[in-house]
Amino acid sequence: MTDQVDFAIELKNISKSFGAVQANKNIHLKVEKGTIHGIVGENGAGKSTLMSILYGFYKADQGEIFVNGKLTQIHNSKEAIAAGIGMVHQHFMLVENFTILENVILGAEGGQMLAKGEGHAREELARLQKDYGLTVDPDAIVEDVSVGQQQRVEILKALYRGAEILILDEPTGVLTPKEVDQLFAILLQLKEQGTTIIMITHKLREIMHITDNVSVMRRGEIIADRVTKNTNPQELAELMVGRSVLLKVDKGPAEPKEKLLEIKGLEYVDEQGVKRIKGVDLHVRAGEILGIAGVSGNGQSLMLEIIAGITKASKGEMLIKGKPVDIVKGVDAGQIRDMDVAHVPEDRHEMGLVLQFEEWENSILGYHNDPKYSNGQILKPGVIRQDARDMMEKFDIRPRNERLTSAKFSGGNQQKIVIAREINSDPDILLIGQPTRGVDIGAIEYIHNQIVAMRDAGKAVLLVSVELDEILSLSDRTIVMFDGNISGERITSETNDGDLGLLMAGIDSQQQDATNKGAQ
Amino acid sequence: MSDKATLPRWIDIGLLPLINLIFAISISAAVVLIIGENPIEVAGILIYGALGYEEGIGYTLYYATNFLFTGLAVAVAFHAGLFNIGGEGQAYLGGLGAALVCLNFPNLHWAIIIPMAIIATAFFGALWAFIPAYLRAKRGSHEVITTIMFNLIAGSLMSYLLIYILSPEGTNQPLTDRFTPNSNIPKMHDMLSWFGIEFESSPLNMSFFLALLCAFGMWVLIWRTRFGYAVRTQGFSPSAATYAGISSAKVIIITMCISGALAGMLAVNESVAVAERLIIEFAGGFGFVGIAVALMGRNHPVGIVLASILFGILYQGGADLAFEIPTISKEMIVLIQGLIILFMGALEYMFKPVMLNVYHTLASGQSDTSVGEAS
Repeated sequence: MTDQVDFAIELKNISKSFGAVQANKNIHLKVEKGTIHGIVGENGAGKSTLMSILYGFYKADQGEIFVNGKLTQIHNSKEAIAAGIGMVHQHFMLVENFTILENVILGAEGGQMLAKGEGHAREELARLQKDYGLTVDPDAIVEDVSVGQQQRVEILKALYRGAEILILDEPTGVLTPKEVDQLFAILLQLKEQGTTIIMITHKLREIMHITDNVSVMRRGEIIADRVTKNTNPQELAELMVGRSVLLKVDKGPAEPKEKLLEIKGLEYVDEQGVKRIKGVDLHVRAGEILGIAGVSGNGQSLMLEIIAGITKASKGEMLIKGKPVDIVKGVDAGQIRDMDVAHVPEDRHEMGLVLQFEEWENSILGYHNDPKYSNGQILKPGVIRQDARDMMEKFDIRPRNERLTSAKFSGGNQQKIVIAREINSDPDILLIGQPTRGVDIGAIEYIHNQIVAMRDAGKAVLLVSVELDEILSLSDRTIVMFDGNISGERITSETNDGDLGLLMAGIDSQQQDATNKGAQ
Repeated sequence: MSDKATLPRWIDIGLLPLINLIFAISISAAVVLIIGENPIEVAGILIYGALGYEEGIGYTLYYATNFLFTGLAVAVAFHAGLFNIGGEGQAYLGGLGAALVCLNFPNLHWAIIIPMAIIATAFFGALWAFIPAYLRAKRGSHEVITTIMFNLIAGSLMSYLLIYILSPEGTNQPLTDRFTPNSNIPKMHDMLSWFGIEFESSPLNMSFFLALLCAFGMWVLIWRTRFGYAVRTQGFSPSAATYAGISSAKVIIITMCISGALAGMLAVNESVAVAERLIIEFAGGFGFVGIAVALMGRNHPVGIVLASILFGILYQGGADLAFEIPTISKEMIVLIQGLIILFMGALEYMFKPVMLNVYHTLASGQSDTSVGEAS
């Protein structure tokens, strides 16, 4: 049997549920020894859950894990390490004020006296550096070195513990392009030396560039395994996004009028000095829905928060109904709301609701200073509750009990509480983020119709969603964001999910066509 | 059937605290047994000492007044997600406010000087809370650290003032002159005697009603005003507050100042009404016990009134007990208080899982039998 392939990892029939959500469903995965295996999928497709099971963070509800052909029980990360599996998390797990050396030996100090372990570790580090080109200064303090260096420390930690199988969760998300190149060089060298690497990512270009095999996940399942050189980004994008039937929304053509919201040259630099939004211009007209698509984390959520007055921009201008708003010095969310801008935030639990409040109290969140709800400082609970009851009736929020604690409503009804409140304020501009995240099908349709009704009433709607279906069925115009930039703009009726999927990976097929034609 | 993790309200806020209290008392009883006294006799003396005669009741409510002010102070801050441990220092500074008014305007009519004195205690308490509040709001310094530090600073500052500045010349005692008689706040027994009711003399005075008024005021503030809405939003979810356009800095500063003002008003009871002068270390631990009172009262005014009275009983009954049974020292009383705080506060939910089990077993047992009857 010469074609016998050795598998470093073999997962058989792995399933995992969190409550009612099935994060992983009957997963079969084979990873060849000494290869780089990519796992792609949209956010929430179950990639990280699967890797967490492999690394012992979660226990699978069912299924078996084989490491190097041997059935292995992995209950915690210690057992994973013992089995030769190392993991580099998306968010590094380093002690920032320790040196690199101290971080590397953390948990593997080799006895009570540090000196001995450190001496050994120093030699070992020198060897690893030589073998794989993983250069670091062992005595540097972690918080002083670059993000790319910190990631190397994470890789070194795993190798120091004897990892032969390395899992990297979105390793390039925080790196600069140059650091990405360096990382890939290291990974190739590791592969050369026989290390098996599993890389989770949603960046198709990287998959094409570095992996040998790739598995695509969607909605908790692995729906395709491909040999990388036999596939292409187009196919992977289609697989990732899925060709599921669109939820049809009954909507006529848009009648866009004047610009109600305009943004010019928007930039945002985060605390680590990383540019997260790199100069975005856009506008939304009265009577249209502008959809912003993109894999989450590409700047669109931040942009929504900046427009809503929650986060300060680093640079840029904003006009609301033609009036300039200083988004750099900062306005607060109340001032934006006073300009007839309503905001359904992406995260209803963090922002849109105070879960400990009774429903009626949440029905005025952000509008508690409205004169109709109070007499001077004293609130009028009677009026507020009556309004809350009216909204519950109008938006079919169940159960119809405004005295119920908000946490006890279902996800869909919680979202309806937020949407009811924001639409009820009769805004001119509606900002709406992930309107149907964690919402059941019935409520989705209702929410979609409400959004279209707002448009038909002549409001400007800015919709941010990671659900392509949602963007395709709701928006009149679509902008795709990738890596802090707008990677493309389309009239929604003239595009499709494949085209948008590629834009989400930063590839503009229309432009490619244009340049190809130009070349001919 | 309802949610598995919830209990009916009456169990949650009635039965559970009662069980905790019974446990605290049982362990206290065991300790009493160990030192060779009869727990029932001890309990009898304690309860009689606190509630058995008029003077005892007077003292109990007088202590309760102090706990009310400091307990409310902690609770108000808590609703904004702040932990004000500086009640002690804020109360102390409140005394300075009282002294400045009462010593400098001795000839004002009582109807003017008493409100002035009350406002001064609140103002100075608020002022002492303002600095940590500002540091928290603008610089992010944690209020637990800064308010603890401010207790120490208040202690040093007041010692200095009382020894070198405020004490009358020719004395070597760290206290001020007696306040003007105009600022005397009527004692309860005096007031009752105006209506021809005889009541034994005790320090209980009108401040008790001021404290009850504050408790009601706190309820209105937190649950019935726009500002209270902002406070609770900030306390539950700072990110939701930002979303709602609520200025966290404003909420933090104003809430801490209100908290400090409430703590400062302890001086109305202690200095203006009872001692009628400013005495070194008059705040004597009431500020800290306020934390336990708020905890036990679940940061709700009604709970705080009840908890204040319970602590008043322990203080007064305990004092009588130490007097009657010398083997039971003052420390023993502190131990009992400590046990109560431990069970009501830190171990608040210790019995909840058991309760959940028992309740749901009983409830399902009941529904089973009803099904059985129906079929």
